[in-house]
Amino acid sequence: MIFGAILAGGVGSRMNISDMPKQFLPLGDKPIIIHTLEKFILCDRIDEVYVGVHPNWLGHMGDLVDKYIKIHKKHVHVVAGGKDRNSTIMNIIDQIEEDFGARDDNYIITHDSVRPFVSARIINENIDTVLEYQACDTVIPATDTIVTSVDGKKITEIPNRAWMYQGQTPQSFQITLLKQWYAELSEEEKKILTDACKIGVVRGGDVHLVTGEVSNLKITTVPDYKMAQAMLGGNLID
Amino acid sequence: MINYVYQLVSPQVFSVKYEDIRFEDKVIIRPQYMAICHADQRYYLGQRDHAVLQKKLPMALIHECCGKVVFDPTGTWKTGEAVVMIPNVPAEHEKHIYENYAKGSRFLSSGYDGFLREYVDLPADRVVSANGVPLQGAAISEFVSVAVHAVTRMDTIAHPVRKRIGIWGDGSLAFVVANVVRKIFPESQIFIVGKNIRKLVYFSFADETYLADNMPKDLAMDHAFECCGGDGSSYAIDDIIRHINPQGTVLLMGVSENKVAVNTRDVLEKGLTFVGSSRSGRRDFEKALELMRDPTFMQRLEQILYEDKEVSSIDDIHRVFQTDLNTPFKTVFGWNM
Repeated sequence: MIFGAILAGGVGSRMNISDMPKQFLPLGDKPIIIHTLEKFILCDRIDEVYVGVHPNWLGHMGDLVDKYIKIHKKHVHVVAGGKDRNSTIMNIIDQIEEDFGARDDNYIITHDSVRPFVSARIINENIDTVLEYQACDTVIPATDTIVTSVDGKKITEIPNRAWMYQGQTPQSFQITLLKQWYAELSEEEKKILTDACKIGVVRGGDVHLVTGEVSNLKITTVPDYKMAQAMLGGNLID
Repeated sequence: MINYVYQLVSPQVFSVKYEDIRFEDKVIIRPQYMAICHADQRYYLGQRDHAVLQKKLPMALIHECCGKVVFDPTGTWKTGEAVVMIPNVPAEHEKHIYENYAKGSRFLSSGYDGFLREYVDLPADRVVSANGVPLQGAAISEFVSVAVHAVTRMDTIAHPVRKRIGIWGDGSLAFVVANVVRKIFPESQIFIVGKNIRKLVYFSFADETYLADNMPKDLAMDHAFECCGGDGSSYAIDDIIRHINPQGTVLLMGVSENKVAVNTRDVLEKGLTFVGSSRSGRRDFEKALELMRDPTFMQRLEQILYEDKEVSSIDDIHRVFQTDLNTPFKTVFGWNM
């Protein structure tokens, strides 16, 4: 089976414009997370969609699903997220396996709740790629030159830009493989390795690339939020 | 849900419009295969009048499309069902007027967004089942429905003698009209008049084919279809008036950008009927798909389809429009945007 996993465990601390986590802010006439969720629900190759939210917002998310989701509502499951991104994914996997059993042909398409502009193509290519290679990450080629600096004062290195990409989501995995990678991490590594694909890379696994879109932006800051509203042609909500 | 709409903003320039789809009363369809029409190509290349481009752009092109249903709140269509989309949005029903001619009717991809979108939302009655038709073929259902509409109108209007039917043109429209005529009037003799010998050879199912500059003087027919359009229209109409039998009916189907002079003396003398035929309605789509379920009919149509590689980026959209310029008939392509 193929499972969508919308990651909404954040509490919105970077936005500073609202006490509400950013995924619940309105975009057009519905919350950001609902746009994201609808795109996943509409993909007929995805069997079930799980949403991992901060425990304090479980009730609110449930209300939003009741209020806004008009299609295939029975395939949407809201679960409590963990203390970080990967533990939220693991909580979702636990729930998937409780609901549908653990199988080697289970795959998970994880996605940031604050990337509502994800396209059907990106989701479909994630599914195609994970079915073939067991793990994939969505990226776009870096357009700016990337400069690394270890001390934050002077340049350590300017890597070849042709090799540089910016990571987006979805990130997709064969569930068995991701669990195996995660189980091998020490508690210390779990704190550092916050990106699910990075776990795979550190473990020496192959994580294949799927081409994303510049428009698949992550709404993290106030300017991002304004940009998203402008893209949708709606009124700006400051 | 945020939907991507790929609009032509000026000739050969696409831009993405993001629109919010609401899941209320419309069927949501994921496009799978599309086909390019000459009208799309004229917008893409900027071959329409500047004033027309100013008025109609930006808009999404493409009105020939099939896909699968992903959601239907009306319960008319099952999820996953293969369907064809009707680009005609009729105004209020007027008795005796076909929906495609009704005042106030709209046409998606002519002033309104066509099907070059991530998902398409349409009222349930603007969707027709494509079950039993290969998807690459189903992409040109709209094109076939236009031919069905013209042949239906001829059948309604023309006198009952249909011994010989002449079709002017050797492009995709003539090919499809000829196929529909062959199917609906199996007893009629069909001849084609064209300009390209390499295209005329495709009309193997017609009884006779002629080059326009080498027609027998005594060539005659009871009724005729003009499928040339452009500069060829005036020559075709003139030929038809010269060769058609008295009281014949002429279906005009080709779009000419310029006004055409008509030999009205002979039109009057022969008592001819000229019928303008454009676009199609739901009944024509249903009839078209019924015809396309016949494997022999579909196999003939497939001869004029060129399937380009799948489209998964805006660069690919440019590619298929370029491909279409170099293919003699219809270009179809899979959609993965």
